[in-house]
Amino acid sequence: MRIEPGAVIDGYTLEERLHGGSMSTLWRVSAPGQPPRVMKMPVLREGDDPTAIVGFEVEQMILPILQGPHVPRFVASGDFPQPYIVMEQIHGDTLRASLDRTPLDPEEVARVGAQIALALHALHRQHVIHLDLKPSNVMFRPGGEAVLIDFGFSRHDRLPDLLAEQFRLPMGTAPYISPEQVLRIRNEPRSDVFALGAMLYHLVTGVRAFGFPTSLRGLRKRLYRDPVPPRARTPACPAWLQEIILRCLETDPRERYQSAAQLLLALRNPGQVPLTDRARKLRQDGVMAVTARWMRTLGASPADWQSPALQIARSPVVVVALDLLGSTEALLSGLRVTSERVLSMHPGARLACVTVLRTSRLAMDQTVDEEGRNLRVLRLVELKDWARPLGLAEGRLTYHVLEGPDPASVLVDFVRQNGVDHVVLGARGASPLRRYLGSVSAQVVAESPCTVTVVKVPRTGEDEKEGEEAEAS
Amino acid sequence: MTSPGGRTKVSPMRLALLTDLHANLEALEAVLEHASRHGAEQLAFLGDLVGYGADPGPVVDRVQAAVATGALALKGNHDEAATRGPPSVMRADAARAVTWTREQLSREQLAFLAALPLTVERGERLFVHASAAEPADWVYVLTASDAGRSLRATRAREVFSGHTHTPALYHLAADGSIGAFRPVSGTPIKLTAFHRWLVIPGSVGQPRDGNPAACYAILDDEADVIVYHRVPYDAERAARKIRAAGLPGDLGARLELGG
Repeated sequence: MRIEPGAVIDGYTLEERLHGGSMSTLWRVSAPGQPPRVMKMPVLREGDDPTAIVGFEVEQMILPILQGPHVPRFVASGDFPQPYIVMEQIHGDTLRASLDRTPLDPEEVARVGAQIALALHALHRQHVIHLDLKPSNVMFRPGGEAVLIDFGFSRHDRLPDLLAEQFRLPMGTAPYISPEQVLRIRNEPRSDVFALGAMLYHLVTGVRAFGFPTSLRGLRKRLYRDPVPPRARTPACPAWLQEIILRCLETDPRERYQSAAQLLLALRNPGQVPLTDRARKLRQDGVMAVTARWMRTLGASPADWQSPALQIARSPVVVVALDLLGSTEALLSGLRVTSERVLSMHPGARLACVTVLRTSRLAMDQTVDEEGRNLRVLRLVELKDWARPLGLAEGRLTYHVLEGPDPASVLVDFVRQNGVDHVVLGARGASPLRRYLGSVSAQVVAESPCTVTVVKVPRTGEDEKEGEEAEAS
Repeated sequence: MTSPGGRTKVSPMRLALLTDLHANLEALEAVLEHASRHGAEQLAFLGDLVGYGADPGPVVDRVQAAVATGALALKGNHDEAATRGPPSVMRADAARAVTWTREQLSREQLAFLAALPLTVERGERLFVHASAAEPADWVYVLTASDAGRSLRATRAREVFSGHTHTPALYHLAADGSIGAFRPVSGTPIKLTAFHRWLVIPGSVGQPRDGNPAACYAILDDEADVIVYHRVPYDAERAARKIRAAGLPGDLGARLELGG
C-alpha cells in the first residue's frame, strides 16, 4: 500500500503528513462525519530492529485503556495490511518548540513543569509509567492542560511488558533517560520524575543536564556524575527551582520526589520549598562523592517491584481543609487526630494545610485590599499554629491561604489542580448561618476527584439539644 | 456494517473461556452469571468438565445445552478418564473420583464426553485442553518454554488452553523470545498482531493459585482483547457436597483454600 495523500486506510483518508520519525509517522486523517484525527503508523523496514513495531504494539495495548484530558483520546486501531492507531488530534506545537527560546523565565518553567507534573500524576494513577518523557512528547490543550503523547516505551503494570523480553539495550531518549532505565529497570515510576527534572533543567538553562550521549558508556555516566548546578549556568534560576530540579535528578529514586503530585506541590509553592545543600551548590560534587556513587553502581541491582499506583498510594498528597473561624476547638482537634492517622499510615505522605478566605465578589478597593493582606497573614499564622502539634518535618508540610466567594468550589479547584489524593475536612456545623450557606463538606465530597474524609466531633446530649434548636429556628 | 476503524466481520462476539470446571456446579453457575453480566455472547469450554467435584451430571448437562446453541467444548484428561476408566498413572484420589464420577453419569452423558474433540481451530485461534504440542498426552504448560513448545506446534497465532489451573498469559515475539505474564483480573489486554499468544484462563472449578475465586476469561473476538476475571462463589457449599458424596475430603478442602 502506498502511503501518500489521498490514500484510504480502513475508511480514513490520509490528508497531510504531520511528522516523520525513525519509529513512526503521523498523518492528519479524515473520515466522513468525523473531526480531523491523527493516524500513527510504525516505520516498518525489512530486517530492521523490531523496536518500532513492538513499541507500536505497546501503544496499541496502553492507549485504548487510558482516560482523561492528559492523553490523546484513542479512536481506532488496525493491523493489516497497514498497522495504525487513530487518535484525537491535539493542536499546536510540542514543548520541543520552546527549546528554541531557552533559557526560559524561571516562573514560566515552574508553571509548565506543574502542568506536566499534573499530567504525569494522572498517568501514574492509571498504572502507567511513561519512560520516554521529553519535550517532543508533551503538548498542551487550549486550556493549558498538558497532554502526554507516545506510549511506545511505556510500562503498564497490569499488562505484559513486550519490551522487557526482547531488548537488551536501555530504552528511552538519551538526554532525559533515568539512571535506572540505563540499567534496564522498567518498573520505577520515579523514572518519570527524573525525566521531568531533566526537562526543567534544559528549559531554565538552555543546556542539557547530561548532554546527548550516544554510547551506553556515556549514558551510564549519570549513574554517578551529577549535573552542573543550574544556577552555575543561569544565575537567574532561583534557589528553590535549583532545589527542585536537582532533587528530581537524584541518582537514587528514593531521594527524588516520591510522586509527581509532590513535585507539583513544590512547583506551585516555591516559597515553601525547604532549601538544602542542593539549592546552594554552584559546582558539581567533588571526586570523593562521585567515586562513592560510582562504587555503588558496581553492585546496583534491579529495585523491588514498583507499581506506579502503589507508589502513589504510599506517597499521597493529603489536604486538610480548615475553617478556622467557624470550627469549634473540638472539631479542630478532631481534624488534627484524623490527619495524624492518615499520615502515620503513609510515612511518604505530604500534608497541605488549606484554609479559604471568603472574599466578596464586589469589594475591590484599596483599603479592602490592605485588609485582605492582613487577613491572609493572620490565617497563615493560625494554620501554622494548628499544625504545630503534629510535629511534622518542614518538607512534609505546606500552608495555603486560598481566596474566593465560594469555599467549596475553591477547595475542589485546589484539589484538581494539585493532583491531591485525599482530603480531610470537618462536617457541616449546626449553626443557622451554616445552614444558610449550605454544606461545604457535602459539595467537596460530591465534586472532588479523590477520597474525602469528613471529620465529626462525637455529639454529647447537650449538643444534640442545641442541634435540635437550630433545626427548629 | 463497515465504519472507519472497524473492519467488517461476519459475527463479532464476546467469547467466555471456561476450563477445568471439574463438576463444580456452584462455581460454574457463578461464572456463567458473571459472564452474562459482562456481555459474553458465546461460551468455550476447554476441557475437564468433570472429575473431583460433586456435580458431574448437572455440569455435563449445562455444557451439553450450551453446545446445542453453538458453544465450543473440548475434551480434557478427566473427561477421557471418566469415559475409559482411570489410567494407571493417575493419582489415587483423582482415580477414586474418576470411578465415582463414572457411576454418576448416564450413558448419554458419557457418550457426549467421549465424542468431545481434542482441539478446535477457528481462523488463527486454536483451542486445546493441554499443550498444542501433543494434545492427547496432556502435557502441562507451566513455563515460558512449555508455552513456546505449544505455540510452535501450531500455525495458529493464538492458543487458548487449560489444564494447569492457574491463570497465565505467554507472548512469543517474532525473534523467538518468549515472555510470561501473570494476569490481573479486570484489565483488558490487547493480543497484538505481531506477537503470538498463549492464554490460560485458569480453572473454574478448582483454582490452585491460593485464591479460591473461580477463574475464567472473556475474549472480544473482533478487537482481539482478552479480560481475565475472578469470581467469588460459594466454595464452602461445593466442598460440603464433595464430603457428603464420600469423595476424598482433601478435594473439598482445596476448594476453600484455592490450592
